[in-house]
Amino acid sequence: MQTIQYREAIREAMEEEMRLDDRVFLMGEEVAQYNGAYKVSQGMLDEFGPRRIVDSPISETGFSGLGIGAAMYGLRPIIEFMSWSFCLVAADQIINNAPKMLYMSGGQFGCPAVFRGNNGAGGQLGSTHSWCVESMFASVPGLKLAVPSTPRDAKGLLKTAIRDADPVFNLESERMLGLGARGDKDFSRYIKDTWAPPTTKQDEDFTIPFGVADIKKPGADVTIVAAGRPVHFALDAAEELEKEGIDCEVIDPRTYRPLDIDTIVKSVRKTNYCVVVDQSWPFASVGSEIAAQVYEHAMDDLDNKVIRVNNDDIPAPYNRTLEQEMLPNTKKIIDAVRAVTYSA
Amino acid sequence: MTPATTEDTVTTQTSNNPPKDKLVDMLYQMMLIRRFEERTMQAYQQAKIGGFCHIYIGQEATAVGAVAALVHDDPIITAYRDHGHALARGMHPNYCMAEMYGKVTGCAKGKGGSMHMFDKANHMYGGHAIVGGQCPLGVGLAFAIQYEKKNNVAVCFFGDGAINQGAFHEAMNLAAIWNLPILFVVENNGYSMGTAISRGTAAADNLGAKAAAYGMRYAECDGMDVLDTYNVFKREGDLSRGSTSDQLGLEQKGGGPCFINARTYRYQGHSMSDPQKYRSKDEVNDKKDKDCINTLVGHLIDNKLATQQQIDELDKKAKQASRDAIDYAEKSPDLPMSEMFTDVYAEPYGPPYVKGGMPKMITDNNSGE
Ligand SMILES: Cc1ncc(C[n+]2csc(CCOP(=O)(O)OP(=O)(O)O)c2C)c(N)n1
Ligand SMILES: [Mg+2]
Repeated sequence: MQTIQYREAIREAMEEEMRLDDRVFLMGEEVAQYNGAYKVSQGMLDEFGPRRIVDSPISETGFSGLGIGAAMYGLRPIIEFMSWSFCLVAADQIINNAPKMLYMSGGQFGCPAVFRGNNGAGGQLGSTHSWCVESMFASVPGLKLAVPSTPRDAKGLLKTAIRDADPVFNLESERMLGLGARGDKDFSRYIKDTWAPPTTKQDEDFTIPFGVADIKKPGADVTIVAAGRPVHFALDAAEELEKEGIDCEVIDPRTYRPLDIDTIVKSVRKTNYCVVVDQSWPFASVGSEIAAQVYEHAMDDLDNKVIRVNNDDIPAPYNRTLEQEMLPNTKKIIDAVRAVTYSA
Repeated sequence: MTPATTEDTVTTQTSNNPPKDKLVDMLYQMMLIRRFEERTMQAYQQAKIGGFCHIYIGQEATAVGAVAALVHDDPIITAYRDHGHALARGMHPNYCMAEMYGKVTGCAKGKGGSMHMFDKANHMYGGHAIVGGQCPLGVGLAFAIQYEKKNNVAVCFFGDGAINQGAFHEAMNLAAIWNLPILFVVENNGYSMGTAISRGTAAADNLGAKAAAYGMRYAECDGMDVLDTYNVFKREGDLSRGSTSDQLGLEQKGGGPCFINARTYRYQGHSMSDPQKYRSKDEVNDKKDKDCINTLVGHLIDNKLATQQQIDELDKKAKQASRDAIDYAEKSPDLPMSEMFTDVYAEPYGPPYVKGGMPKMITDNNSGE
């Protein structure tokens, strides 16, 4: 089994697609000469040259809009935000232009661009730098939202994103970039395909389709829905709860848009209990949406209310202890599972 | 020096150095920032400080010279490389360090961290972490000054990378059309992270053209020479101070906004994790030859304004203040869990607002301990 870091998986996905398709280019801050602020694009300038790996100044409005225009013209841009926190200065471009172009032009001009970068708390970065954008963007029709949680998903989903004809927001995480390195806890007894994607040699065409949830851990007693980094908190919680005899099923939707509600509902029909975890804020969140859809489709199968686990409803504090406490951590998930299954 | 593109936007050098006591104080401020930052780096390496942390060493003369040329209630605002501005503005080093330790005694109770030094009592409107994000806020400070018919000038600092943000350009335009009393200060240290200004900014060797495009005054200073910085800020600050606009229903007066290019250099990496492959050791060493502290020390000695012994004493004092700041931060209590949900709203259900919960340094009247 190969070990591959999450950051390397993202890089492999971009490299493979760039080798296959000359229309694909990568643009962002420090992606070329610096080899990526987080070393995601390391070595790519050497292979693809400055025509296709392009350093941009700190002009998010400019370069994300450029990506949209280039996509309209026929290219396949990958636009990197050093962090999704910095996409907000470009909000008009990415949520007013990209997802609406196809509709506004009556189907003439689409926007086959990928916007990607780190999402979520990076560790004491303060409130402006700790954005979780999934809930804010999930309500925008016309865009797709991928939230990979393992190196395998990171590679497979990003390759799909690059080939996709619509704008895709790929939400990665600074805290997961090193994930999958040797010695990392890999929960392999739970995860059927392991964390590692196939290598280029093994399968150049490896992709993971959008809108197909992955059962990260099968279980009988309670359904935990989580995507992105919280998947790992959920698996940690499941491991703890197993000791108490609670067998959790962890479902990772992998993309919020499109959302595979069927797999979630099927699981809830089996377990009759549901906890939804998401790392954004609780009010009108993706977690709330999933909870609402579970009620709509499986009300009669639920033996208790659905419990949501989110960030606390505050801007991210700098202080380490408070930041840990405000995130949807393992302890909060354990408490929620105990409460929802009446085992508290 | 690069000339601005139009004759009348070029302002000429005048020299009116501050009196001896003030010069000595400016030296102390720079020494304090340097020693404080050395301690900051140590504490970061010991994981006492977390998150992103940007060190001001090398650039001290810009904040100190600029602030020395202002009056105390001229509001200032800056980016995330903000420890120097806070200290120059008079924030007690204890509160600055405690903030980075995430302690409740910090200037923002430990809620903000290194990038968010706010100090209302000292008219420091914060460090701001989104590149360029503070430029429109600076314009707001200047608008409020004009609105209240105050005789102040706002000073908005930002890095050379911020020039490439849309927010910067909109801010410049607004300030110009409304003749606002503001100094836009680019702390031009030549790099935004690993991007040399010539790679990221059009016409990088002629920043005066940016000002000219908005019909705005332009000035340059040697941001590593505290006297030059002081003189330029004094001159331009006085021209901008109290500017008003007939477009906003007032008598048109004053010189309006000015764009100041402070050429400087950061000695450390961009943040605490930067391998710095984009520049050579020689380049850094060349810049260190023109160190702002050494330059002012030279000036004081040459002109017999201070003795070496006095200067050594000052440095000792700066070192002690920095050690004390660490000590204070170490001993201060952590931000308590009870503060988790405070300060989200002034009053969740509207007025009346019962004032309370301000940081300790404000309730203490900023006197330090
Ligand atoms: C909108 C936005 N994009 C990207 C970043 C990440 N970032 C933080 S500092 C920085 C470089 C800024 O350089 P400069 O403005 O020259 O200031 P300096 O660090 O030199 O003081 C970048 C790219 C950010 N904070 N905000
Ligand atoms: Mg800079």
